[in-house]
Amino acid sequence: MINKVVAGADEAIKDINDGSTLMLGGFGLCGIPENCIAALVKKGVKNLTCIANNAGVDDFGIGLMLQTRQVKKMISSYVGENAEFERQLLSGELEVELIPQGTLATRCLAAGYGMPAIFTPAGVGTEVAEGKEVRNFNGKDYLMEYAFDADFALVKAWKGDTAGNLIFRSTSRNFNPVMAMAGKTTIAEVEELVEAGQLDPDHIHTPGVYVHRIFQGKDYEKRIEQRTVRKRID
Amino acid sequence: MLDKNGIAKRIAKEIKDGYYVNLGIGIPTLVANYIPTGINVVLQSENGLLGMGPFPFEGEEDPDLINAGKQTITTLPGSSIFDSAMSFGMIRAQKIDLTILGAMEVSENGDIANWKIPGKMVKGMGGAMDLVASAKNIIVAMQHINKAGESKLLPNCTLPLTGVKCIKKIVTELAVLDILPEGGFKLLERAPGVSVDFIRQATLGKLYADDNVPEMILD
Repeated sequence: MINKVVAGADEAIKDINDGSTLMLGGFGLCGIPENCIAALVKKGVKNLTCIANNAGVDDFGIGLMLQTRQVKKMISSYVGENAEFERQLLSGELEVELIPQGTLATRCLAAGYGMPAIFTPAGVGTEVAEGKEVRNFNGKDYLMEYAFDADFALVKAWKGDTAGNLIFRSTSRNFNPVMAMAGKTTIAEVEELVEAGQLDPDHIHTPGVYVHRIFQGKDYEKRIEQRTVRKRID
Repeated sequence: MLDKNGIAKRIAKEIKDGYYVNLGIGIPTLVANYIPTGINVVLQSENGLLGMGPFPFEGEEDPDLINAGKQTITTLPGSSIFDSAMSFGMIRAQKIDLTILGAMEVSENGDIANWKIPGKMVKGMGGAMDLVASAKNIIVAMQHINKAGESKLLPNCTLPLTGVKCIKKIVTELAVLDILPEGGFKLLERAPGVSVDFIRQATLGKLYADDNVPEMILD
């Protein structure tokens, strides 16, 4: 079996350089590649274009790379909950492209499936449609949206094996599998790294062919953005 | 005049046995509290979950299990988890029976604006554009008039659009209305104690109302 294991986050991201385009998995702070983000902050690479559903919060997730001004452009569907983001956006330091969430996911999917473009009704008749080709199928208009072209995809999985096969846990799956498929180089950090053969092939969410580097992650904080609970009635 | 919970309560009556439902953030989230007992409904959360359960008990929060509002939640027997592309795949393919979302403005031809106010910080459309463009059945939960007393049911939206000609039903603090295929708001029900004339005053778009418009029945 081909071995995809690297020592850690620093080695995994060593060839991510200034100006790279990155995809980062996660929804809000759920399922984000915490170790890779920390390593990128440490390395200090600049002028990054980040494709991620959200931009983290001020002091966690992609927010950490915004504080250090490493991000030139964000491509996201929703970027609330982040004051530093807002400040950089309003001052013109940060470029932002907002795209519908389903379009974001499906443009990843297309890249991973080897399809150059998709047709989606999301955004027809809105400012999202400006400059885009519209095609009518069966009486309904669709926008043509291109597959993403990203240098690196950084994803976080629950379990992974040395062959790069990945299993995600609960809703931390979100964008991770489709981004894993879409990166020219895909880096996976996992909570538990096991030997090839330890994971049931029937349970794999992302086949190792899509994963170029995998490492055992550490010190996961897994911060909760909105802690909502109900009272126990005894 | 209804409060937010009243609007949610009225919308909940539109949910039928066997429905898969996507609830947006705000008033739509409250609808989950009023789903009629005795019917089976599955809630979709577009970050990748079918079968959204209630909030967890204190101490049982799981950071890996959240809804589209980033709140900690639970699963239910029969729940399933999937990635974001499949989540919007099932929305686009109209497998979700009903979408309930909020709006800042709706026009008499069914256009909706709910994501951007020029001059204010824009947070993004999230999944709203995908939902309104694809859903076969959308109910909008919204305020009929804004704080300045201005109508939000308009001939044309003034804010940047989220989707065009996609809304068919609206529930506000004043009324239940359909949008007619040929355009215009059709008044179906009045909130308790609200007159047709008052609703007419509050609706800037074209309003069609019969002589006897019934009051909503909430319970």
